[in-house]
Amino acid sequence: MASVSSRTLTRSRWWTWVSLAWVLAVVAFVGCLGFGTQSIPYSRIITVVMESVFGPFTEQGLGDPTSVILLQVRMPRVLLAFFVGGSLAMVGVALQALLRNPLADPFVIGISSGAALGAAIALLFGLGISVGGISALPVCAFAGALMSLMIMYRISSAQYGFSVYTLLLAGVVLNAIFSAFIMFLTSIADPNRAFGMYAWLMGTLTGPDWATLGMLLVYLGVGLLILGMHAQSLNLLTLGEETARSLGVDVERVKKSVFLAAALLTGAAVSFSGIIGFVGLIIPHAVRLVVSADHRLLLPVAGLVGGMFLMIADSVARTALSPSEFPVGVITALVGGPIFLWLLTTRQTQLGMK
Amino acid sequence: MVVDDSANTVGYEVTHMINDQFPSNVAYSLKDVAFSYSKGKRAESEAVLKELSCLILSGRVLGILGPNGSGKSTLLKLLARILQPQQGTIDILGESLSGLSQLDVAKRVAIVPQETLQVFPFTIAEMVLMGRSPHHQGWGGWHWEDSQDWAVTQNAMEELDVAHLGNRLVTEVSGGERQRAVIARALVQEPQILLLDEPTAFLDLHHQLDIARIIKRLNRERGLTVILVSHDLNLASQYCDQVLILNHGRLAAMGSPQTVITPEVIEAVYGCSVLVDRHPQSGLPRVSLPV
Repeated sequence: MASVSSRTLTRSRWWTWVSLAWVLAVVAFVGCLGFGTQSIPYSRIITVVMESVFGPFTEQGLGDPTSVILLQVRMPRVLLAFFVGGSLAMVGVALQALLRNPLADPFVIGISSGAALGAAIALLFGLGISVGGISALPVCAFAGALMSLMIMYRISSAQYGFSVYTLLLAGVVLNAIFSAFIMFLTSIADPNRAFGMYAWLMGTLTGPDWATLGMLLVYLGVGLLILGMHAQSLNLLTLGEETARSLGVDVERVKKSVFLAAALLTGAAVSFSGIIGFVGLIIPHAVRLVVSADHRLLLPVAGLVGGMFLMIADSVARTALSPSEFPVGVITALVGGPIFLWLLTTRQTQLGMK
Repeated sequence: MVVDDSANTVGYEVTHMINDQFPSNVAYSLKDVAFSYSKGKRAESEAVLKELSCLILSGRVLGILGPNGSGKSTLLKLLARILQPQQGTIDILGESLSGLSQLDVAKRVAIVPQETLQVFPFTIAEMVLMGRSPHHQGWGGWHWEDSQDWAVTQNAMEELDVAHLGNRLVTEVSGGERQRAVIARALVQEPQILLLDEPTAFLDLHHQLDIARIIKRLNRERGLTVILVSHDLNLASQYCDQVLILNHGRLAAMGSPQTVITPEVIEAVYGCSVLVDRHPQSGLPRVSLPV
């Protein structure tokens, strides 16, 4: 009966792709745990991962130095990379659908730098310490991201039927303005704090503890739930706001929810890892080409692939020049920048630029 | 404004006749509708539609004509509740349009926009299937298509002759094929009213005829009420039962093509004289430009 098309989404196709992506993500996760100055055999890594999940079952247990390195150093960092990469990719997917622009990315259109400005203000005034159990850092980053999203949206909807150009140019300028503010803040900060801010701005994933990760997971959970719920509405929004409305979508409500979720995810990602660019651009594009443009499938798969991508990129960043590290943002920019330029020059007709 | 009186009165007369009761053969009833894209003080002077009252009968094909900027597309968007009027009321099939939820409107009315752009690699089948979404009320819009959705979609795609294009990308197919697929998407909404905004604007002669015939067939076989905006006076004359002409946002004339498409009305509205004779096959008015 389902002869309309073999490429439309069905439940079984959804489960196949999502399971496949999860399996690959777990493999990549274990693989990345093996990267590091001290070499640990994979048999040992797998045992420790299993024991940390299901409880100790070998005599050795989890008290030895190898387990401590894995559980207290490598695993939180690899998980952080996974969470941040996944959020950025999904924010990219959502913004692209909402703005009908395949080049939208939280970094390119200035959302990340808005979040960074918020976080920089928090750091400068020492708000990084938690107040009543809730750290002010992600809250300020969220506020910054929301502010720049709102500016961006106002600019892009000021003229009827805004162009791809408007959005990208506005993003460049927003980035410049926010960067100027951040530079100003770092220049008046005391040198110790300024150095920390520089390192963080370049996009680093250094050592979170498990409590921080848990908090990040709460932000992500809320953001993902909102985005996932609106997957079908995002599909309809790619047809344009007017058509989406004629198909029964409450466009204003969906836009508000999705912007809120995008700000939440970007704010959380930036406050924990600084500015990591282009993940939200490359991953959705690749997943659309290989898997599907349907947001019900695109969102989860792009999230998992984005997580994998950043885990692997960060493993390279922390081991390639061992014992020193470089920021993972360097890798994503070196990979993503050229892809962005390539898309910009080859897809002009498709983007409505000609 | 000089307008043929006999043509002008049709809409008004019926409105006054049925002020209290809503007859079953009326698709839309508009009373003193005004709309402006501007807000505040400029709203009145820049109004796109003014004092618009008319009755649109169901089961017919209505053509909305008028010069550029006369408010044709805006009227169509008001009928689909993509936009809401600042003044006046619109009733659809006996209910107040503003009182319905967006989802309920989508089950009654489908609109085929002037142009369908898609920047993402969706297939034709995926795009047509999106027309089923008003029939699902998931959590925030999330749903899976069921077997009925597939059956309805398959039917519509065969009817519009796009079933073989199911796996092709929306961006890959020709303008005529894409337009047929968008009409298929409108059909899977299972609406009672189909709105089309210049359905033949970007198509060559062959595809224009193709779309015009499809519209007529859908009207006859499904009893669908069709309302289309067009610049093509001859297309409207041949394929519409009724014609509504807008000028500067006001109703200039409404009636059958024979009564409305006359040299006098066209000169008054478009400001240029034309020749109107009879179509050799149908005997309906045919407009030619003078040399």
